Amino acid sequence: MSYIRKPAVSHPKLARNKLGLTARDYEGTVSTLCAGCGHDSVTAAIIRAVFELNIEPHMLAKMSGIGCSSKTPAYFVSQSHGFNSVHGRMPSVTTGASAANRTLTYIGVSGDGDSLSIGVGQFVHAIRRNLNMCYIIENNGVYGLTKGQFSASADIGSKPKKGLPNQQEPIDAVSTALSLGATYIARGFSGDKEQLIPLIQGALMHDGFALVDVISPCVTFNDHEGSTKSYKHTRQFYHHVVDADFVPPAEEIRAAYKEGSAMPIELHDGSKIVLRKIDQNYDPTSRARSFKFLRDHVNAGEITTGLLYINEERKEMHDLMGNIDTPLSEYPLEKLHPGNGELKKILSRYR
Amino acid sequence: MKPTDTSNPDYFHKVVDCQWACPAHTDVPEYIRLIAQGRFSDAYIENRKSNVFPGILGRVCDRPCEPACRRRRVEDTPVAICRLKRVAADHRDDIRDRLPQAASRNNGKRVALIGAGCASLTVANDLRPLGYEITIFEALDATGGLMRSNIPRFRLPPKVLDEEIDYILDMGVDLKLNHRIDSMRELLDEGFDAVFVGTGAPRGKNLEIPGRYDSDNIHIGIEWLESVAFDHIDSIGKNVLIIGVGNTAMDCCRTSLRLGANDVKVMARKPRGFFKASDWELEDAEEENVEILVNHSPKNFLIEKGKLVGMTFELMEYKIDEAGRIDRGTVTGEKVIPCDDVILAIGQDNAFPWIERDIGIEFNEWECPIVDEETMMCGRDGVFFGGDSAFGPKNIIWAVAHGHEAAISIHKYCQNESLQDRLPVGVNLASQKMGMHEWSYSNDYDPAARRLMPHVDLKERFKKLDIEVELGFTIEQTIQEVERCLNCDIQTVFAAKLCIECDACIDICPVNCLTITENGDEADLRARLSAPAENHDQALYVSDDLPHTSRVMVKDEDLCVHCGLCAERCPTGAWDMQKSTVLIPYATDEAADEQLQPAAPAA
Ligand SMILES: Cc1cc2nc3c(=O)[nH]c(=O)nc-3n(C[C@H](O)[C@H](O)[C@H](O)COP(=O)(O)OP(=O)(O)OC[C@H]3O[C@@H](n4cnc5c(N)ncnc54)[C@H](O)[C@@H]3O)c2cc1C
Ligand SMILES: Cc1ncc(C[n+]2csc(CCOP(=O)(O)OP(=O)(O)O)c2C)c(N)n1
Ligand code: SF4
Ligand code: SF4
Ligand code: SF4
Ligand SMILES: [Mg+2]
Repeated sequence: MSYIRKPAVSHPKLARNKLGLTARDYEGTVSTLCAGCGHDSVTAAIIRAVFELNIEPHMLAKMSGIGCSSKTPAYFVSQSHGFNSVHGRMPSVTTGASAANRTLTYIGVSGDGDSLSIGVGQFVHAIRRNLNMCYIIENNGVYGLTKGQFSASADIGSKPKKGLPNQQEPIDAVSTALSLGATYIARGFSGDKEQLIPLIQGALMHDGFALVDVISPCVTFNDHEGSTKSYKHTRQFYHHVVDADFVPPAEEIRAAYKEGSAMPIELHDGSKIVLRKIDQNYDPTSRARSFKFLRDHVNAGEITTGLLYINEERKEMHDLMGNIDTPLSEYPLEKLHPGNGELKKILSRYR
Repeated sequence: MKPTDTSNPDYFHKVVDCQWACPAHTDVPEYIRLIAQGRFSDAYIENRKSNVFPGILGRVCDRPCEPACRRRRVEDTPVAICRLKRVAADHRDDIRDRLPQAASRNNGKRVALIGAGCASLTVANDLRPLGYEITIFEALDATGGLMRSNIPRFRLPPKVLDEEIDYILDMGVDLKLNHRIDSMRELLDEGFDAVFVGTGAPRGKNLEIPGRYDSDNIHIGIEWLESVAFDHIDSIGKNVLIIGVGNTAMDCCRTSLRLGANDVKVMARKPRGFFKASDWELEDAEEENVEILVNHSPKNFLIEKGKLVGMTFELMEYKIDEAGRIDRGTVTGEKVIPCDDVILAIGQDNAFPWIERDIGIEFNEWECPIVDEETMMCGRDGVFFGGDSAFGPKNIIWAVAHGHEAAISIHKYCQNESLQDRLPVGVNLASQKMGMHEWSYSNDYDPAARRLMPHVDLKERFKKLDIEVELGFTIEQTIQEVERCLNCDIQTVFAAKLCIECDACIDICPVNCLTITENGDEADLRARLSAPAENHDQALYVSDDLPHTSRVMVKDEDLCVHCGLCAERCPTGAWDMQKSTVLIPYATDEAADEQLQPAAPAA
């Protein structure tokens, strides 16, 4: 943490987005995390992603649970909505918020402990409902906030700073999400923003549950020799499988791609994601083959990254249920609350 | 790019923009911090080391440091460096016992200095502590050169001049006033071990147009100012035209107002933006309601019945190209402007009628002597030049810088050492970390705007010729202004081997200075940084290959505000904030210890 705030002074030639804002306008309060924490880097990637997507701050809702990772929504887009919920309960709070107002863009920031230990039930059901949100897990293999106990994502054999290596099977967020039918699944690394920013942008624009599992080293409790979630280890076993470029609506695909290596996928709002296969053996649109590939690589100790699976066909929660577009707060009260008479009529249909 | 060689002392020196731009390399951020701590005497001494005349320069320095100041790139206005120098001078205690002292014994070498301006005085300042016997020959009845004869008293009070000149003369200098040197040959025959020429650029440029010699009311600026300074002139007509728009013109117009003129026009041949005068001098003149008329080119003087009644000007129009260059202009008409007096302030020339042309001293087509820029020696061994006399009119701080270099050369020459074999400039680095989040300096960026110098009331100031207009910063202003300094000498120093590429520094940097990326050539790298790096005058600091990915850390030095946040956020201490002290050698540093025996204090 730092005793001075990041000064308001900025580069006089900072780029502005379509709203006339600079990336600095999307910042939050100064981080109180340890210097060098991967989470701060993810925060910076979120700021860039949201800035480049021209998202109006008041149309963004930041959701989180408890943990160092869950603290980070305070560090970006100060002028948006936010809810810092109970440990592991962010998904249900987001479900409720989304039910009341589906026009906001929901970004949830969680940790491996928050989502895979205490909150795994909530995590699973948010996927099952295909809740329309960008769900980021800042994955460091430990409970950072409570001083570094292993979390459910710790790998077998990973050494803690003190004590015995972990013996239990890890829960891999990516394969779990894939098996549950999530429609956008990505993995990134806090130390590789070039890859991470488009992954977050795609996740924000995807219609449905979009998981971005980000390896985000805890410099204080899990960045030593023998840790499988350190900066060094991650870089060593890092395997780009499918990188993605995000192309906003109505913009041409400008980058030059090698013949046959790029695959554009159109999102509901007209924006595109161009998938670039790095590993030719991989098919990010086949669930069955992806599952096997990922499992094999996890078992080989490799960290597969990129946009690992995408499916634009499945409907998100609201569409599945035929909900209205209007936020409930803007819906006329007499319609929202049609009265006892109407309720009786509805009930009588089921008698 | 190759990794930056930070062991080259110029690398970090150049980051300290003000100090690099100052001809005498005054350690500006250091003295500003001393002022911030209320250590005015220390700040004064720090200044004096390099610029010798802090009280004088704190008022009238040409301040090349200010346009160079980093703050000007980050926002609009530079730190008021010069004004703060004056604060140090105004609030210092009696510092006489901290000044250089003459050696206890003379070393038997005699040096003649011609002219008692700032260049010669600096040479005396540097050589007396080494035991050289100094004789100064000055044509006028007073010391100080143009500082006394031309810079008006309302900008530079005589008391300030006297004090700082006496600090030098008190070391024991044989001062011969009213002693014009008329023949260099004769002086050389007197057997001095070395001669320094500090005679300035004493000839005001003339304007040879019809009517020039038909009236006594047409004056040459620097001569007229000298006559005013020495009380030979105490009045001028009501309507005065000043020809030229340089700093001399500003002093002429403001002086006229104090001698009875009530309508003073400065006549500029070119448009604004092409004036030679410094912005602040223009501002100060315009505050006094001096009118500046642009695009007027003098054609002739109008004389009626032997009396000057006006001047004819050609009205000009100019084309300015994309690069900002101006053409010679075309005449679009003529205009007569009535006046009682005209002052010509169109520049100065060097003139050495008293130096014989057959004694080994060569001159170029502009009457400037051929002088070596490093050693300040001319073609004749043992004769040195400095100040305006060397390369044409510049300013006080350049004259001081020349004086320091000439003093080193004179010492080496007299000791039969090679003049080229000079001590190199060095740089020391020291970490400023005091604790987890604590630095030895005030690292937070203060967004305050530049403080404005308070002036004596417009009516009040014209009552006498010598009312100093600038009042000096108040303590409140000083407290605010010191915080605007960005401490550019507290360097960001990088150790590649410690970096784990966590990006923390890059994400926190408020001005997007930092990037980790694949290496490339400079043009390529500049195009790939976190923010546009378009200022090619400012270096890129490129690291060794980083241990994890073999990429490099690149810092664009241009806009760094030295907030220290990169170092604070770095988990491994790969970035550190280290104070650079630039070590500028002076004559005393070149001298052996035994040559530096200070006089025993008086019993
Ligand atoms: C009107 C005016 C305003 C200025 N304002 C500023 C300002 O605000 N800030 C700034 O930095 N600079 C200013 N300058 C420039 C500055 O004054 C000079 O650059 C500086 O004084 C040069 O110093 P010097 O020691 O080389 O010579 P000078 O100051 O010119 O001193 C030379 C001395 O040598 C004497 N001398 C000349 N010939 C002989 C001889 N043959 N024998 C004996 N003695 C001789 C002269 O009488 C004089 O005293 C100004 C100049 C002018 C004309
Ligand atoms: C209900 C509940 N149980 C336990 C805790 C204690 N606790 C706080 S944070 C945390 C783990 C956070 O781990 P993770 O989500 O991985 O976040 P990190 O700090 O590693 O980013 C725990 C167990 C709590 N705050 N609330
Ligand atoms: S404890 Fe770990 S996770 Fe928390 S801020 Fe520090 S480095 Fe980041
Ligand atoms: S000191 Fe560091 S963080 Fe601050 S502006 Fe300079 S490079 Fe950026
Ligand atoms: S904060 Fe330190 S370790 Fe992290 S990238 Fe910057 S220099 Fe490297
Ligand atoms: Mg964790």
